[in-house]
Amino acid sequence: MRGATHAKWAACAVTVALAATACGGGGSGGGSGDGSGIVRSSWGDPQNPLEPANTNEVQGGKVLDMLFRGLKKYDPKSGEAQDLIAEKIETTDSQNFTVTIKDGWTFSNGEKVTAKSFVDAWNYGAHVDNKQNNAPFFSNIKGYDEVHPEGGAAKAKTMSGLVVKDDKTFTVELKDKFSTWPETLGYQAFSPLPEAFFKDHDAWLSKPIGNGPYTVDSYAKGSEMKLRAWDGYKGEDKARNGGVDLKVYTDNNTAYTDLMAGNLDLVDDVPAQQLKNVKADLGDRYINQPALIIQTLVFPMYEANWSKAGMEKVRRGLSMAINRDEITKQIFEETRTPAKDWTSAALGDKGGYKDVCGDACTYNPDEAKKLVAEGGGLPGGKITISSNVDTGSHRVWMDAVCNSINNALGKGSCTVNPIGTFADFKNQLGAYKFTGPFRSGWQADYPLIQNFLQPLYYKNGSSNYGKFDNKAFNDLVDKANQETDQAKATEDFQNAEKILAEQMPAIPLWYQNGSAGYSDQVSDVTLNQFSVPVYDQIKVN
Amino acid sequence: MGRYVIRRLLQMIPVFIGATFLIFVMVYALGDPVAALFGDKAPDPATAARIREDLGLDKPLWQQYLHYMGNIFRGDFGTAFNGQKVTELMATAFPVTAKLTLVAIVIEIVVGIALGVVSGLKRGRPLDTSLLVLTLIVISVPTFVSGYLLQYLFGLKLGWVRPTVSTDAPLNELILPGIVLALVSLAYVTRLTRTSIAENARADYVRTAVAKGLPRRRVITKHLLRNSLIPVVTFIGADIGALMGGAIVTERIFNIHGVGYQLYNGILRGNTPTVVGFVTILVLVFLVANLLVDLLYAVLDPRIRYA
Repeated sequence: MRGATHAKWAACAVTVALAATACGGGGSGGGSGDGSGIVRSSWGDPQNPLEPANTNEVQGGKVLDMLFRGLKKYDPKSGEAQDLIAEKIETTDSQNFTVTIKDGWTFSNGEKVTAKSFVDAWNYGAHVDNKQNNAPFFSNIKGYDEVHPEGGAAKAKTMSGLVVKDDKTFTVELKDKFSTWPETLGYQAFSPLPEAFFKDHDAWLSKPIGNGPYTVDSYAKGSEMKLRAWDGYKGEDKARNGGVDLKVYTDNNTAYTDLMAGNLDLVDDVPAQQLKNVKADLGDRYINQPALIIQTLVFPMYEANWSKAGMEKVRRGLSMAINRDEITKQIFEETRTPAKDWTSAALGDKGGYKDVCGDACTYNPDEAKKLVAEGGGLPGGKITISSNVDTGSHRVWMDAVCNSINNALGKGSCTVNPIGTFADFKNQLGAYKFTGPFRSGWQADYPLIQNFLQPLYYKNGSSNYGKFDNKAFNDLVDKANQETDQAKATEDFQNAEKILAEQMPAIPLWYQNGSAGYSDQVSDVTLNQFSVPVYDQIKVN
Repeated sequence: MGRYVIRRLLQMIPVFIGATFLIFVMVYALGDPVAALFGDKAPDPATAARIREDLGLDKPLWQQYLHYMGNIFRGDFGTAFNGQKVTELMATAFPVTAKLTLVAIVIEIVVGIALGVVSGLKRGRPLDTSLLVLTLIVISVPTFVSGYLLQYLFGLKLGWVRPTVSTDAPLNELILPGIVLALVSLAYVTRLTRTSIAENARADYVRTAVAKGLPRRRVITKHLLRNSLIPVVTFIGADIGALMGGAIVTERIFNIHGVGYQLYNGILRGNTPTVVGFVTILVLVFLVANLLVDLLYAVLDPRIRYA
């Protein structure tokens, strides 16, 4: 097989030289539209071991998306949370939930997916000894504080809020009312785990076993993972290809070169340097769509000279001094979309996306100057913007934003403070060291408006780095969480957002788009809201 | 000879300890890596504290270092953040990089010395001058420029080779990266050989050999080249270590998962065990290569004796 592939590559190389055409199909195991072809896709080495509750970045998430199916699944198009393994999730008080699961789901090793598979997995994810990154996702379940105390050893093995009733049913008791809690269950941290995970953890990690449409064929850590379609998969989203080969690239430029040379079918991160050529290179095989990612400039509200009364005018003025349209066009080649609220355009109107920011997010240098003057001017006469600059063209847009502010408010109003590494930046954030606005990127864990607001701006929110605390805002969020009607809850969140528009504790800059390019050997390539390709739908020609 | 080798090996111990300590301090100075593991989210304090405790990051630097060194002597190089043992990473990375280095060194020796000899013998002629200009150009072009350029030309435009290297890194795919990696050193080898040859060509022993009526070919290979190679061998010996550790750029461009890739990942993620482990091995390679070079002197020049 190996030799045959090489021979094919030799032939391919000649073809490329002569006709400059890609020849990906050659390596795709001879799939000719019959659903057996292999998709060759770029990958990045996951940062943490591939456990569902320990994966919080896209690269690991990609694999989990193929390997696991949970109680709910977000529709790749609308983002709506639909029941998948859950037959029904019932509640009368938005605090006690009864979960019933469907019959017939199994893991690829033959084990049945039962209520216990979920409860065990969640208890594992929450327990402090297991050091799972996503443990806080279980924090609203009753008994979390016993298994995951803020300091010291755990006082219990399992959370008292989770009770298995029988094979098909379990109950969940939350600490507080949280009406949209079932909608969060599409997140990968809530995936079920088989017994095999607990019995032989090391073996499981070297070859993960899940209940999704794919199984792991081989996994060379740090370089390649081969996933194959699982025949025994019973769900409706069965794989439409024979499998996916994920190959680790350290440099997205190299991955792009490989796509051009026909060695790869799909790259899900088009390098910034290639954005100018991508249309000519790929034509309509280039995807660029808003994702659930927003970049903001957060004000240090823990600093008195930023939070005192009247400063909201200065903060609004600064927001108006930024020419978002120009920057997203010139620097990002429209791979960012100018922000109009504190969520993301990818949420859609139904999910709660709405132009709440209005004038305050529209470039208006005259008004900006006026507002800043009315508010008493910039603290100390100038501001310093901070961000890490090791990824994401952060240095470039920081300079552009500062230029824009300087043009509007006068020279010397704005300087940048570039920080070398993300780790260093995170440490300074955590120590509340910044005295001026700093960058904050946020990728939603689930397509819910709640996830864009509560962790970031609610009192003591888990990622409220600016320490914004506004009673009216907090009350509206509380009200939204208690609402049993989802549309009403969304409305409350939008009202809460209006307070952000007045107070401007963080300037919305732009929504980050997901991008991908693919070869002419594959079709039906789409990205979900998390900018992860929907692998099971890809067809190999 | 035996005593000399033992003395040199003993000298390696303080160098080894000093080098690992310096690297340890430098990676430590990069700051606490735990917060970055949580992405955009604020780290959960309890989980972060537990991870710090497990990695020993909550202890003072000197304790961390002693603990780490103690483990190294037991063959335990620690664990990377993705859960893999560092020894496991080494087992996959070093063979690949060793292969790449080998390809580069062979190209360097064969092409570099050949060009150097030709140019040295034709001193001052147009061929010599043009070779000198050429090496100057090669030296002044950074690896990432020549790398992307050659990759685009041969991998994409002409399609003669795969633009990237597959996971198991077969030798034929390593030729282009090998050339890119070797280019700068190759230019240095050419220049060193040229100068050395040009100098020695006028030495007494060469004139004697020619006067004895020895064939020109024998004069060059046996007498001239052998004596002229000492500075070149010194350079190549030192270069082995530099090539193994310095392949970061080349490995990135051609997507080779070797030492450079692991070091890059380790530094980016602030993972002390990976970086210190890999650099420690590189330091050892460097020291051993240097020892071998010194021993080679005696082979090349009979006047040199070690005791």
